[in-house]
Amino acid sequence: MSEYDTYDDRPVSQPQVALIDLLDRLLSGGAVLTGDLVLSIADIDLVRISLRAVMVAVREELDEQWATLLPSGPALTGRDGPGDEPV
Amino acid sequence: MDEQLCYAYAVVGSSAPPDLAGVRGVAGAPVTLVDSGAVAAAISAVPWEGFSEAALKVGLEDLEWLEATARAHHSVIETLAAHTTVLPLRLATVYLDEARVRQMLREREADFAALLDRLTDHVEWGVKVYAEVPPSSPSAPTAAPPPSEPAGADAGRAYLRRRRYQRQAREDAWRVAEEAVRRTEQQARGLAVERTRHRPQQGGLARVPGENVANDAYLVPRRLSEEFRTRMLHAADGLPGVRVDVTGPWAPYSFTASVAPGAAEGAGQR
Repeated sequence: MSEYDTYDDRPVSQPQVALIDLLDRLLSGGAVLTGDLVLSIADIDLVRISLRAVMVAVREELDEQWATLLPSGPALTGRDGPGDEPV
Repeated sequence: MDEQLCYAYAVVGSSAPPDLAGVRGVAGAPVTLVDSGAVAAAISAVPWEGFSEAALKVGLEDLEWLEATARAHHSVIETLAAHTTVLPLRLATVYLDEARVRQMLREREADFAALLDRLTDHVEWGVKVYAEVPPSSPSAPTAAPPPSEPAGADAGRAYLRRRRYQRQAREDAWRVAEEAVRRTEQQARGLAVERTRHRPQQGGLARVPGENVANDAYLVPRRLSEEFRTRMLHAADGLPGVRVDVTGPWAPYSFTASVAPGAAEGAGQR
């Protein structure tokens, strides 16, 4: 984002990290403290809501695949959905 | 003068504070340290209009705002991590003022000190496994179509057979991917001291080919860092249709859960 470049004065030694990798870390990692104003930011539901537009589009499909093949897979969210059958 | 809030980036040890001259934060303001006992927090002033609770809720839904804020936050973390052990805080941790930050540090000093101690000389590596999974759409071309059907006859049966082949190809691809994930886990043993699983990456921001089937973060002693990276890059050698992407080294973003309020929920731990 250009807005960022204006106050990024690090030497440009490293390639920019992928935003999605950064968001994994900044929205589900990082120590969660109770800030004064933003109690709900730490709440995982808000994080999910926040990323709905950019990250969740195909996730349900992926979860189904894991659910089918890897019942104990890491991506399993317990969501029920239609199977991969012809409609 | 507009009302200002206090954005907190990270906690560091206060004994050898990093030089933050010239470092700017999420809203362009200088980053400074507030300390209490053995620990300090890196903070900068942010305007109320942009960082009140209501504004943050809007901002987090806005990809441009999110990217600018995330990259600025990350830039501060990277600067700190180049000089000292850093305990990153979650994006958008905002306090009313410095006094409140200092109070928070005082209340949790022992927790922070213990975690900083554990994270010292460790780095985080991201390990993502991708599979080339054939598409599930019935209209998509299959790599190995079944023998052709009599023209016009049994169209329904041919369709179902085609679907079965597609399904089989997909299941095969996912099994190979599962094996690749197992191999990365095996290779990590003896090098990594901890692992966190992130959700597999999907959607508009996942801009690389293949389906992401595992998105893990490992905490690795710095001296083993290069060996870890090399092992991961070769973990899926010989497995067709899978790829392992390694990112990092990162500040230990994914290994801060033990200071999370309500440890059962755990930041980023699944």
